Formats: sequence, structure tokens, C-alpha cells
Amino acid sequence: MQEVKTEKKEFTPNIVAFCCNWCSYAGADLAGSSRLTYPANVKIIRVPCSCRVNPTFVLKAFQQGADGVILCGCHPGDCHYVTGNYYTRRRMATLFSFLNYMGIEKERTRLEWVSAAEGAKFSAVMNDFVKQITELGENKRLTDLRVKEGE
Amino acid sequence: MNAQKQLLESGEVARVIGWKKGDFCFDPSPASFETVEELKDFVYDYFCGANLSKYLIQMSKKEGKTAVFLKPCDTYSFNQLVKEHRINRENVYVIAIECLAKLDIEKIKANNVSFVTGVEVVDKEVKVTSIDGEITLNKPDVVLTKCATCNKTHQVKDEEIILHERPIKDVNRFEEVEKLEAMTEEERFAFWREQLSKCIRCNACRNVCPACSCVKCVFDNPASSISAKANDDKFEEQLFHIIRAFHVAGRCTDCGECSRVCPQNIPLHLLNRKFIKDIDGMYGEYQAGETSDGKTPLTSYTEGDVEPKDVFNGEAK
Amino acid sequence: MLKIAKERLNELYARINQTMGLFIPVKKAGEVNYAVWKEGKEVSLETLKTVKSPKNMFFPQTENMMKFKTEGKNLEVIDVRRDYAEEGKLFVLFGVKACDYKAIDVLDKVFLAEPIDTYYKARRDASVIVTLACSKPEESCFCGVFGIDATAPQGDVTTWLDESYLYWQANTEKGENLTKLVADLFENGGDAEVRAQRQTTSEILQKLPYANLDLSVFKPENLNELFEDSAWEEMSEACLGCGTCTFVCPTCQCFDIRDFKTNEGVLRYRCWDSCMYSDFTLMAHGNSRTTQMQRFRQRFMHKLVYYPSQNDGLYSCVGCGRCVNKCPQKLNIVKVIKTLGGKKND
Repeated sequence: MQEVKTEKKEFTPNIVAFCCNWCSYAGADLAGSSRLTYPANVKIIRVPCSCRVNPTFVLKAFQQGADGVILCGCHPGDCHYVTGNYYTRRRMATLFSFLNYMGIEKERTRLEWVSAAEGAKFSAVMNDFVKQITELGENKRLTDLRVKEGE
Repeated sequence: MNAQKQLLESGEVARVIGWKKGDFCFDPSPASFETVEELKDFVYDYFCGANLSKYLIQMSKKEGKTAVFLKPCDTYSFNQLVKEHRINRENVYVIAIECLAKLDIEKIKANNVSFVTGVEVVDKEVKVTSIDGEITLNKPDVVLTKCATCNKTHQVKDEEIILHERPIKDVNRFEEVEKLEAMTEEERFAFWREQLSKCIRCNACRNVCPACSCVKCVFDNPASSISAKANDDKFEEQLFHIIRAFHVAGRCTDCGECSRVCPQNIPLHLLNRKFIKDIDGMYGEYQAGETSDGKTPLTSYTEGDVEPKDVFNGEAK
Repeated sequence: MLKIAKERLNELYARINQTMGLFIPVKKAGEVNYAVWKEGKEVSLETLKTVKSPKNMFFPQTENMMKFKTEGKNLEVIDVRRDYAEEGKLFVLFGVKACDYKAIDVLDKVFLAEPIDTYYKARRDASVIVTLACSKPEESCFCGVFGIDATAPQGDVTTWLDESYLYWQANTEKGENLTKLVADLFENGGDAEVRAQRQTTSEILQKLPYANLDLSVFKPENLNELFEDSAWEEMSEACLGCGTCTFVCPTCQCFDIRDFKTNEGVLRYRCWDSCMYSDFTLMAHGNSRTTQMQRFRQRFMHKLVYYPSQNDGLYSCVGCGRCVNKCPQKLNIVKVIKTLGGKKND
């Protein structure tokens, strides 16, 4: 993470992470209590299940200036509500593919399965994602110009 | 063709939904007919491109049975609406009518014809009479975009009207989608940017779409936080079209009405077809509206479904 | 009368663009709309009807009105208005057809009446309008019904286009000033050609199927009768409730005002609205028009009865025929005029 910041000082990406309450949100907690770090520019939004994430949320995040959006849910088969994450998987596979079809960089969107026990994975995923978005640069294609007006 | 007359005369149906002739040879409007007398304006010709299935949401709730003329592609929309409990099937009498591809007056006029007085179709030729004389066009060049790659057959019929023998076409409706997929991200972005920047947010694509049957659309709902009327700057029209395409994914029958009605001729069907192609590739071939029951691909799953990141790794699938 | 060879039009555009902005019908992704001219853009003066009308240049589809910034308890209001004419930033609107030019009159009566809409006025004052006579009207045209002569539009400058030349005639002081700027590109002549073209076009205009629409029933004293006509139900039956007709219409002028939250404060903007939309009349107490028939009726009653009754009989339709071409289900004002307009329209 240190490396990332020194490489490109001028750009720190805004990352929105939708985290499932039952797994990855707890995973983030575990990462914290295990003294593992992840970048401060990851803004976590807690959702009751990854399948609560409507595609509109993803787009709205981009519109409001997010440079990358990541969804974290329970591993397939481990959903607290039994099948929620299976729907998430289909939904996001089609949505991400579609956004790419519209010309949006495929690196800007990601879906990861992170359980409550995987604090280390959570930290690694977030570090990796932030690094990837930092290299990619600012989201200009899906942002609403008005949001950044005056900056 | 007098099924509509018999049905009304016998009292079997209370009304017939079809097309009413307009002022020219190319502007019939959808209309309902309640008496035999009204049927004098009934018309069915090469410009009856409108999909009448969505009108049934209202009409099938009315007293008495409604007879409707459905072209092959329209029957898919009909099935889908029945499946979503938007149409009361018992209250509808479906007259399945042959299509043979409808014409696009804008494409005809693009051949430097400005004052059209008559259009006649003979096999693959379209004879257009205008104030400047007569010209003959090749029919496949001037059919509606939605008809150019259609190979649909009637899925529902209470009665069938066959006007001609139907030729079997060998068409690849994904050709345009594949062309876009083969481009780079930058090129694709530039393509959609140019196309969608024409959007005037008239909502015609949404309002005509049989899959867009929400009582109140999120874009009209001030409490949704994404309600918008403007096509401001870069994002609004993208958000609108992405959300709309996603919302009808797995339910879109590819009837092509969105592209037909777009005043700016944005190829909106290419958005929906991408979803259809992806769904076919990832979850098995699926044609919405083939049946009026069963689950749609995005409301079902299998344990071994492809992960989003693998969609890109394979790219071609 | 002045004239310039068609091949040299690009020089003309470039010259105008040296000192002024230039809006002109440009083809982009297959469709022709008014846009800022730049070298290399595909200008299409021949296109009879741009999809969006030039009203967009005075009354843009979306327009920022003001900004609010908050710092602590202070609210700062930032006025984003500009006086283009004062700043010397004039622009030329090139190729406006007679119907669209008349439509600007209709808009002026709304926006320039007290209280004056300063956003609109700033653009209006900064504009030099170069009109273009029609030479190939099509079957959906009916501007003649509203007393418009498509062969000789007004404007600061009137132009005519034929196979080889663009003919140019200044009508106003603004027009004369523009002419001075470009005069050396022109040569004299063209009166005979223009006369001949006007003659030919007039003959076509008389033959148009909608040339003889009768509007005599659309007057204020028939308001109630027209409003309650039973035919509205049937006429509006196929209406989708989309805004295509309103957004392509050169005279529709309704708008909505909304706020947009930016990271830096709030942006207040206005954008076109359509009386065809279900939420157009949505208010705190509810919605006063609940059916599509009511919305449909409103649009046409406004154009043919309400507006004229308040503006000395001036109809707020100019017969451009865009709605005739663009309505997805082929409903339009002509069908309304014919249905309600009485025997003469049969």
C-alpha cells in the first residue's frame, strides 16, 4: 500500500466496496483486529447480502465519482440466506460484461467471495483492487461531470 | 381477411385491436375497434410494424374478450406478459397474423425521395411512387431494423392467418454485437458515446417496450434518487439506458420496438442483444417469450455458474 | 442578392467561425441535428428537418440556472448567467427553415413577455439567424396552413440553396453586419434563380396533402365544445405517453426545474418536460391529470386553442411535421385537426 501511494501521488482512487454483513463485513473487522491493513480510500457499504446490491447501486456509485466498485459476498454455498449469492453471481457477471461492452474498463468492477474468517484475504483483495484502479486512473467514462464540478 | 368482422359480429369478442389506416400509405396507427362499422378503417399492410401486445395490459382488464392481431415477434412479448401476470390470457383471443417483414419509411425516404405518394411491394422489390416519379428499391434494404434479422414464428395462436408462404431465413442476429465485441474498449466507448449523445430522453423506447411494464418506472419516481428527465452531460442517458437494458435482461424477447421508435435512430436493440448473447453463452440458450411459464435466467442459478472474472478471461466464451 | 458556390461553403463557415460561434445542421451517427460547427464536421443543409428543432439553441434541453455552495452556516448563491451580447460573443444560427423561424416567434411570446426569461433572452440577443428557404418540402409539411411561406423565410439573413449556389440576402442590421464580414466570398447575382426556385417550390407546396387543412373551428369560443369532444378518447388510445412529439416540436416550451447534488454543492438546472408524461402535473396534493387522454388533449388544446386565445390568434404549431414523422405510433396534430376540424377536412 505504501508503494502505491508513492508511485502516483496525484491520484488516490475512490473505491466503493459493498460488503455482505454475514461474511466480508466481518472479514473486514477481522482484518482490522489482526492488524492487517487495507487502503483508507475503500469506502465500505454494509449490505444484508451481496444480492441486495441492485445494479443501480453500482452505477450510482460510479456516477457520484467512484473509480472502482467491488462487491464482496459469502462463498458460493455459504450464503446466510442460502442462495442469495448465486443470484449475485449471475447478475454481476452479466452486468460487468455489459459495462465492458459499453466501453467501461473491465478492471473497474469486481466480485469477490470473502468469508468472515478470511481477514487476510479481505486485506489482500482490497490492496490489489486499489492498486489496479490506481494504475488504471480516474473513472471518466461513467462519472457525471456535474459531480466533480468546481474541483 | 375478415376474422375481425366475424368475431365482432358473432359477439365472441367485445373489441379488436389492430391498425387503423392513416393519412398516407405509411402511417397506420394501433387502434381498437368495437363495432363492424368502425372496421372500415382497419388496415394491415407493410407499415404495421407496431407491436400490439403491450396494449393488452389495459385492454385485457376490460369487460369482454379482446381479439388482437399479433405478428410472430409480438407473440413472444405476449407470452412474456402473460408469464408476468400482466395480461389476463383468458380474456384475449389471439389472431396470429403473418408478417413478411415490415418497411421503414425513413429508410425508404433516405433514397432521396421526399414526397411519397404510394408504396407497393412485389416479392423482393419495393416500388415507391413519389412526386419525382417511381423508383424500385430492394426490400431487404428498407425493412425495419428489427425485421432484418428476424426468424421468429408464432408462439401463440387462437386462429392463424397466413397470407404468403414464409421463406426460411438464415440470419445471425448477433452479427452487430460481435462486431462491437471485437472492438477495443476505447472504440466501444466512442461508439456508444456518439450514439447515446443523440438521446433526447423522450422515453419512447421505454414506453413502447413490452418488457417495461412497471406501473411506475424508477426514472419517474422522485423518491428513487435516480429520477431524471434530463439528458444532461455524460451520464444521465447512459445510466438510463444501462439500467433499462439490465432491467429487461432475460425478459427481453428481442422484438426490436425500442429501435423502431427511437426518433434519433439509436440502435438500442444492440444493448439488449448483448444481454441475450451473454445469457445464451453463459447459462444456455434462452428465448424469452417462447413459453408463458418457467423461470428466467436471471431469476435462477446453478451451483457451477461462471464467475464474473472468468467472463473476461475467456472473453469469447 | 449575393451568391456563393456550394463548394465554397466551407470557407464561409470558417470565416463566420473566426469571430462568432456557428450552429448549423450537422450529421452525427446518422442523424442531423444543430451542433457547433468545426472544421471537418459533416454539414447537411439539404436535410429538410433536423430531428431536434433549433429551439434547442435558445432554450437548451438542459441548462444550468444557478449554484449553491454551503460553508458552515453560510449559503452562497452563484449566478451562472452570462450576457453573451454584452461580452461580444455572438453566434450565428445557420439554415433555419421558415417553420422553425416562425416557431421562435411563438417562443418569444412566452419567454420574452414579462417576467422576461433572462436565460433565454441572453441567447436570443446574441444570435444572428440565417434562414434557408425550402426547395423540397415533403408530404408531412403543412406550414402554409399557418400562413408561413417556406420559400421566403425572414430572419437576419435569408438564403436559398440550389444545385450549385447558395444565394444570400440580408434583411436586418445584424444581417448587414454579418454580410460585411463575409462579403468578399460572395459575388453578385441570383435574383432570377431564386425567383425560379420559389415558383417551383410554391407549386409543390400547393400540392401537399396537408396544404388545405381547415383550422376555423379552433377558436376560443369553441373551447368547451372542443374540450369535451368524445373523439379525444379514441384519438389518444394508442398514445404511449412518451415525449417524442414534445421534444422534437419547435414550439413546445414546458420545462422542469431540478436540483443536482454535486460534491461541491448544489446545481439547479432546468430541463425540458413533456405534458405527455405522467408526472408532469404531479404536485404535493396529487396529480390533476390522471389519464393519457387528458394529457394528450392538453397538448393539442394548448397548441390549437389555449395559446392562440392568449396570443392574438397565433397558433403554437408551425406545421413543421416533425411529430407526423416521429411519433412512434403515428399519432399527430394533423390527425387531431382532421378529426375535430369539421367537414372541410374530410
